[in-house]
Order: sequence, then C-alpha cells, then structure tokens
Amino acid sequence: MTDNSAVTKQAASSRSDTALLPPVDVIEDTNGITLCADLPGVPKDRLGLQIEADTLTIEGEVTLTIPEGMESSHAEVSLPRYRRVFTLSKELDTEKVGAEFNQGVLKLRIPKAAHAQPRKIEVRPA
Amino acid sequence: MLYRSLFPRDLFADLDRLQGEIQRNLEISPSIRGLTRGFPAMNVGSTPKSVEIYAFAPGIAPESLEVQVERGVLTVAGERQPDPLPEKATAHIDERFAGRFRRVVTLPDDVDTTAVEARYRDGVLHITVPRKEAAQPQRIAIQ
Repeated sequence: MTDNSAVTKQAASSRSDTALLPPVDVIEDTNGITLCADLPGVPKDRLGLQIEADTLTIEGEVTLTIPEGMESSHAEVSLPRYRRVFTLSKELDTEKVGAEFNQGVLKLRIPKAAHAQPRKIEVRPA
Repeated sequence: MLYRSLFPRDLFADLDRLQGEIQRNLEISPSIRGLTRGFPAMNVGSTPKSVEIYAFAPGIAPESLEVQVERGVLTVAGERQPDPLPEKATAHIDERFAGRFRRVVTLPDDVDTTAVEARYRDGVLHITVPRKEAAQPQRIAIQ
C-alpha cells in the first residue's frame, strides 16, 4: 500500500466491472487474523489492496503471456480480474497490516488492537 | 381458433437447453469428483503453431509440479501443502485447495510432444506444446 492514489483510481474505475471471486482462508488466533487468498496470474504490480474505514478490498489483474493470435478454446479463469471485499471488525488494527505476495498467494496479517488482546489476570492469594 | 403450428417447438429440447444453461451458470457439474471442476483451474488456447495450456496453481514450489505427456495426454500433477493451523486458532473460512491434485488434457494429434515447454510464473503454470512442422499451414507456390 505504498501508492495509494493509483490503487484508489484503479478501484474506482473497475468497480463496475465484473470480477472473479478468489478463494480465501481466514484464520483467527488470539493476536489477530491471517487471510490467505489465491490470485494466480497476478503480478505484484497488478495487485491492489485497500483499507477504507472498515472495508478491506483485494483486487488483482490477471496478466498472462499470451502468444499472438491465440484463440481460447476452454477457459475456467474466464475473466482477467479478481476482486473480493471484506468487512473488518472494530478490534482489528488496520494500521499494522502486513502483506506478503508470493507466486499468486497473498498472505495478510491483521493484528488485533492492543486493547483487544487477551490479558491474563493474575490471581493473588489474599 | 387455435392453430397448431406446422413446426412446433420441441418443448423437451427447450427444457433441456434451459437446464443446461442454468447448470452452466451455476457451475453445477454432475461430476463424480465433486462440484468444482478441480484444482488447478485450466485455460486452453491454440495458435497455428502451438497449443497453450495455463494451469492456475498458486503457491506451489515449481519442482514439486509434475508435467507428463504420454500417448497424447498431458498430465499436470502435484501437491499443495496445507498451511498448518496454529494452536488455539479458528478457521473461519477455508476455501483454498490443499492436498494432491491431478488433471489431464487430451492433446490434438498434430502436436510435437518432444518439444514441450513449461514455465511457472505468478502462480500460473504455462505449458506450450508446439505443433508439428508438417501440420502448420503452408503456402504452396504456383508454378
């Protein structure tokens, strides 16, 4: 999320376009949430991540090396775009989101805010 | 008065077509291997010089992918390791594929299976199977 303006522009222009829903895994542990998404065919510079208020948007544009004059005869990835939107809950700290993108797999780590983390309360004998 | 058309539409054929359309739209395939078409998703295209196959298999080490051609059938197989679930963690959504996979594609007769090329980039395995020289369109000079 370095170049936010480009991401926003891209998101605004493509919002009305149809897109594929990428499969995700969402795993919650005591300190936060890990989200993994499959976005095969998306190079790093075509991935768009955006957090606006409590909405997380994942977008990606599929870029394949297609030889000239190729005619498609069978397509299961039938659109060149992925998009998925999530609503984040309040206890998540959107300032400290970490993202990794490797061979088409996006891994997001969204920690819980400090006040929402579990604390152990010591019980002392009176 | 009601006329019976000379060429009435075949109602059952219409219903069949409708059912087919609904199934395609909802992607309900009556396959024995489940509702989805399987992992990895594949796109296939062709040019006069080659057959291009794209297998969408993200997050796999390229060396664990097996691409095999045998008697005109191309097989893509491998394994995607599941991420271990940390202790005391809850999986809220679990949609991504994990485990062993295998998909086969029947190649046309005019391909040269000795010169198959496979590349893995951005989670997509791109396989190029060239067509035989003799099968490529040739312009014949008129004397």
